[in-house]
Amino acid sequence: MLFLGYLFLYFPLICIVVYSFNESRLISTWTGFSFKWYKALVSNPIMLRAALTSLKVACLSATVSVILGIMAAIVITRFKRFRGKTLFVGAITAPLVMPEVVTGLSLLMLFVGMEKIFGWPSGSGTTTIIIAHITLTLPYVTMLVQARLQDLDKSIEEAALDLGASPLKVFFVITLPMISPAIILGWLLAFALSLDDVVIASFVAGPGATTLPMIVFSGLRFGISPEINALATILMAVLSVGVLGFIVWTYKKKI
Amino acid sequence: MRRVARLHRFNILIYLIDIVDLPKVYSVFQMMYRIEEKVIAVLLKIAKKVSGHDLIISIPAVWIFLFFICPCLILIQISFSESIISSPPYTSIVDWISGNILQVRLNLWNYMVLLTDEMYRQGLFTSLLIAATSTFCCLLIGFPMAYAIARTSEKYRNILLMLVVLPFWTSFLIRVYAWIMLLSPCGFVNNMLIKFQLIDAPLPLMNNSFAACIGIIYAYLPFMIFPLYSAVEKIDYSLIEAAYDLGSSPATAFFSIVVPLSAPGIYAGSALVFVPAIGEFVIPELLGGAQTLTIGRLVWNEFFGNMSWPTAASLSIMLLVFVVLPIIFAQKRRELRLLSRD
Repeated sequence: MLFLGYLFLYFPLICIVVYSFNESRLISTWTGFSFKWYKALVSNPIMLRAALTSLKVACLSATVSVILGIMAAIVITRFKRFRGKTLFVGAITAPLVMPEVVTGLSLLMLFVGMEKIFGWPSGSGTTTIIIAHITLTLPYVTMLVQARLQDLDKSIEEAALDLGASPLKVFFVITLPMISPAIILGWLLAFALSLDDVVIASFVAGPGATTLPMIVFSGLRFGISPEINALATILMAVLSVGVLGFIVWTYKKKI
Repeated sequence: MRRVARLHRFNILIYLIDIVDLPKVYSVFQMMYRIEEKVIAVLLKIAKKVSGHDLIISIPAVWIFLFFICPCLILIQISFSESIISSPPYTSIVDWISGNILQVRLNLWNYMVLLTDEMYRQGLFTSLLIAATSTFCCLLIGFPMAYAIARTSEKYRNILLMLVVLPFWTSFLIRVYAWIMLLSPCGFVNNMLIKFQLIDAPLPLMNNSFAACIGIIYAYLPFMIFPLYSAVEKIDYSLIEAAYDLGSSPATAFFSIVVPLSAPGIYAGSALVFVPAIGEFVIPELLGGAQTLTIGRLVWNEFFGNMSWPTAASLSIMLLVFVVLPIIFAQKRRELRLLSRD
């Protein structure tokens, strides 16, 4: 049973990798091993530009999201109750359950309204995508960091405070290093989510800002293309190396 | 201030008369201008009082207010406005008429259309059906897997769990695409079946709600397995052994011990799969074909196809209010009850 379950999870992905090396455009025939589609991919300027845009958006939004997420997690776990704390927690985690189309639609309406009143963000595509992705990924990062903070032994921080360290120093010298695995995992997750999103980006992207998922999505509407196989294989390789590297790193740290 | 409300066709018109005296407002502004320095001094005093704590609270709070709560409010506002051909393509619901009368016009037509038009009812039904079927299938696949993982020796458990999440790290679109490759008429499954002469013509595996269900199951299975695993892992195995000793069959032991004890995991996992599945856009769009019109696709089509922002907005509000929020509240209440029981 377990084996069947894993087969269900992995078989489709293995298919993609195998057929990315197929010389023929069709799935029905295997004509030989080739790197043809990888070459076609690398020499496609539209794909490359979109990939760069996506990477930029993902890096920036993941970074800002982690910073905001750490703040929110500290507020949730370390601050004593204040008025509106329940509302704060609810509002931070609410984007998790919003359907993507609703998030995209409402953010676009906000941006259109803002542009009408303040003249910002005026059609400059990527800014709006970055803002939208920060809002999208913030709850995930917050929850990861919050879980780690809750597990942490509070007495270490309290001891440092008793010995006269300022709260800011305690945070940077003690708390931050101890929650660093959660922060890195949160960053990776935010990065992957941002690199993944097609619906919200399609709504809020201005003219001239096209992310990689948007191109892949419009390509998929027309059916199968071996170029996308190649792209998928590269993405899978990069992400699994990243995730596996992270696992090895935390494992070594434990020992 | 007087308030007059009346119903005109599908519009609720609310007149707020004498709401403000404009010359008075102007003089207040002039006064404010004169005492500008004082205002700045007060603001500086407040800024000095604000502690680091308030700053740390306010930065994420302001962000969420600006980019989550505000958009929701704007969405509600637009859902009550009328569609017109202009930029942006909707009317304002608040108008000043003849100087000091504020008119609030709530247009209910958008909601009326949703209730009366067959297409939207059908869309809601399709979404619910697909989400329910795929949640149930996720449970059927996920439960044995979670149970098997929880029963393996501790050494391998983390590796097995890691293997469940690993596909989740690859791009969502790619996982959907994998199924296009497998299910399409000239895809892998049909190819193999024809090659081994089990069928003559390709089966219609894609562009129907079946394919949309498979896509959703595949994409959201980890969300089901994780809560199930954490519930099943806690079950004391000696309870099941005791049931066997007392002569119960494996089926009885399963349904009277394992299922009730893993109920929190079943509920949590089902909510985690059902909620995103109901608003899903990409999977029905790519795998479901033209006739699988889910709510997510209807919102998208209203917005990008018909340029009808108010309809798209009211459809989103309906989706949130009648489908997503009730599930979330039910789930939260169940969690609270569990907490209070412990």
